[in-house]
Amino acid sequence: MTKQVHLAAHFPGVNNTTVWSDPAAGSHIEFDSFRRFAAAAERGKFDFMFLAEGLRLREQNGEIYDLDVVGRPDTFTVLAALAAVTEHLGLAGTINSTFNEPYEVAREFATLDHLSGGRAAWNVVTSWDAFTGENFRRGGFLPQDQRYERARTFLATAMELLDSWHGDEIVADKETGEFLTTPTPGRFAHFDAHFDIAGQFDVPRSPQGRPVVFQAGDSDEGREFAASGADAIFSRHGTKEAGQAFYADVKGRLATYGRAPEDLLILPAATFVIADTDAEAAELAAEVRKQQVSGQTALRKLEEVWNRDLSGYDPDGPLPDVDPLVGEHTVAKGRASVRMNRDPMAVAAAWREQAEAKGLSIRELMIETSARQNFIGSPATVADQIDDLVQSDASDGFILVPHLTPGGLDVFVDTVVPLLQERGVHRTDYTGTTLRDHLGLAPLGGAA
Amino acid sequence: MTTPVHLAVALDGAGWHPAAWREPDARPTELLTAGYWVDLVTEAERGLLDLVTLEDGFALQSSDRWAPDERTDQVRGRLDAVQVAARVAPLTSSIGLVPTAVVTHTEPFHLSKAIATLDFVSGGRAGVRVKVGSAVEAAHLGRRQLPDLRELDPGDPVAQAGLRELFDEAADWVEVVRRLWDSWEDGAEIRDVATGRFVDRDKLHYVDFAGRHFSVRGPSITPRPPQGQPLVAALAHQAIPFELVGRSADLGFVTPTDAADATAVLGEIRAAQAAAGRAEETVHVLGDLVVFLDADEATARARKDRLDERAGAAFTSDAAVFVGTPSGLADLVEEWSAAGLSGVRLRPATLPHDLRQVTTGLVPELQRRGLFRTAHEAATLRGLLGLPRPANRYAAV
Repeated sequence: MTKQVHLAAHFPGVNNTTVWSDPAAGSHIEFDSFRRFAAAAERGKFDFMFLAEGLRLREQNGEIYDLDVVGRPDTFTVLAALAAVTEHLGLAGTINSTFNEPYEVAREFATLDHLSGGRAAWNVVTSWDAFTGENFRRGGFLPQDQRYERARTFLATAMELLDSWHGDEIVADKETGEFLTTPTPGRFAHFDAHFDIAGQFDVPRSPQGRPVVFQAGDSDEGREFAASGADAIFSRHGTKEAGQAFYADVKGRLATYGRAPEDLLILPAATFVIADTDAEAAELAAEVRKQQVSGQTALRKLEEVWNRDLSGYDPDGPLPDVDPLVGEHTVAKGRASVRMNRDPMAVAAAWREQAEAKGLSIRELMIETSARQNFIGSPATVADQIDDLVQSDASDGFILVPHLTPGGLDVFVDTVVPLLQERGVHRTDYTGTTLRDHLGLAPLGGAA
Repeated sequence: MTTPVHLAVALDGAGWHPAAWREPDARPTELLTAGYWVDLVTEAERGLLDLVTLEDGFALQSSDRWAPDERTDQVRGRLDAVQVAARVAPLTSSIGLVPTAVVTHTEPFHLSKAIATLDFVSGGRAGVRVKVGSAVEAAHLGRRQLPDLRELDPGDPVAQAGLRELFDEAADWVEVVRRLWDSWEDGAEIRDVATGRFVDRDKLHYVDFAGRHFSVRGPSITPRPPQGQPLVAALAHQAIPFELVGRSADLGFVTPTDAADATAVLGEIRAAQAAAGRAEETVHVLGDLVVFLDADEATARARKDRLDERAGAAFTSDAAVFVGTPSGLADLVEEWSAAGLSGVRLRPATLPHDLRQVTTGLVPELQRRGLFRTAHEAATLRGLLGLPRPANRYAAV
């Protein structure tokens, strides 16, 4: 059977994939950028648009990092405003479980779901750097072994709160004067090692019941967490085979939890460059990567591995002779990528070999080692690739990450979407109203 | 020449009377929908009001200040006020939007960026009304415990000390939020292609606040909003909250019983302002009034009686209650204005009825008397209130 391709869009943000130096690049803060971006996604009949989160400005060498886009608005506030100017598009945001409490997050998502008529989604993340914690009451510290547990408990507790109203409490009968059918709606009591809360939740059940839940992350724990209760998982894989292996693994875990394969969507993030011909697209893609990795950016990216100040080096020259500093990372702060460089000596050795073999400068190497765009080609080529990956079970669709704000999605919507529609693998209009409808997830109904 | 007055409307549920939801024009099954709030704020904007406030809290509404009341005959359940304001913002163009934030239970970092973002999505019309939290709410959040003061007389020294601590924390909260709004100087985003720099980091500032309840490093993740400093408002009934208004707010809501009381309350706020070194700054003070309005007084009175009967008790409020005609209300507004208040914040007893009486009755009457604007004269809330866009505390002069 032919699968439908699920499409979503990631608003370009604080990351060097976002090209702010292009004359076509607009504001990342002004509402008009969000409005235009959302309008393009809705024109393309996308399932949802997505906002990332970062709660402290990144720093490098003890200074605020100034080479990428800096600054972003508040996620809930933008999504609520977008609900006013869109009709069908799902509204998804990353919200950290570390620097919030379950009651406030449950309340925000229930509100967003009400105000959007059932279009809210939550990408649950957890971060534990004391660096970000310096902006919050709670700080950021928790022993390693308790972090994952708290995140899981946080989500479960938020869901308990969301389920505390069943959906049939409000009758508002003007004649009889009965507003509620029960004197104690929303009652909850939760006690465990992390949360000790009790009382009555104050937001009645929302159209979707709960926000759609996304989970990012590729670890075994992350996969299991997603299989146990998430509605969609982000992942990013370099090859079709790697994507298929991930897909089979994650979908294979669902039965344990009494869930069917269609209950969890696999939606990798994907970058793209589209031009009239494949050759033009390839040329443009190379150009974009140069824009993304300037000489200064290349040095900073190298510092993420070297963990040293490399500002004295020439980005057009060879790699540094000195080795990376091993140990606690002190140079780059507030970045997810730093935490992934678990073995800097091995990375450095591999890069030196690669640079020497090909005679690459620091900048050339950084361009070469950074991920190339996932889809490069003419509209027909990109449509082929996407359809093939979905039909061969490497994914259920993609979250597209344009490199330009706010117009970067337009070329995809205007040229690739019609081709996917012609093939019958992408909707020509929305058939439902909620995000669960768009994702093909069964409605939750009232809570038990 | 008489001074023009400022008019605000406080929106909450189906209105401020507990039986308001049973009125013929009430929409009690739509209180959780965007359309309901858009309609109300749009009506207020048509009436050229300065701003609307939106009530909020982290607990179900209750007739008992200290605990849930388990009543089934009144409106219960609500939405986050900042999001409601954001949802309404793109569909309105000139009215101020002032949601309530419970400072005791929230992160100043989160609220700072939320209100800054509300200012961006509304084009400079955002404010925030700060409110302290309760012990019931604390049990919902789990971050802390608050003393249960219900057994104590409000004048008891222990109760006063508890109140003092909550309001000192509120002042810290406002201080952090204000610093974060200034933590990006205007023009910090430079997009200098030649040097590859997106921002001028010399124009980004750590706020380095360290207080009893929280420490915040900064800078904000959100640039300085259009108004520079969105408006900070607080409702105050007694000395300690009056001090918060004097120290920290741009706008105070007070609950005088009459014009003489208004003058006395205003005196306390002005003294607190002077003590905080803010004597030269404009702090607008609006008198709160619950209003039941009809074309003639007898109708208004009969309507209130009917509502009271349905609620099973005569209506009481922390604010003075006005029952009568828009013209009679205009007299009272004029009187309070003469007593020194900048205007009034009206709490419609029922929605939309009493709101419409304000926009189509009171407003034209005040306009006839030359006391109210005939068009929104500014695009920002600060502009409507005649407040300048403040200089940034971190900018070099």
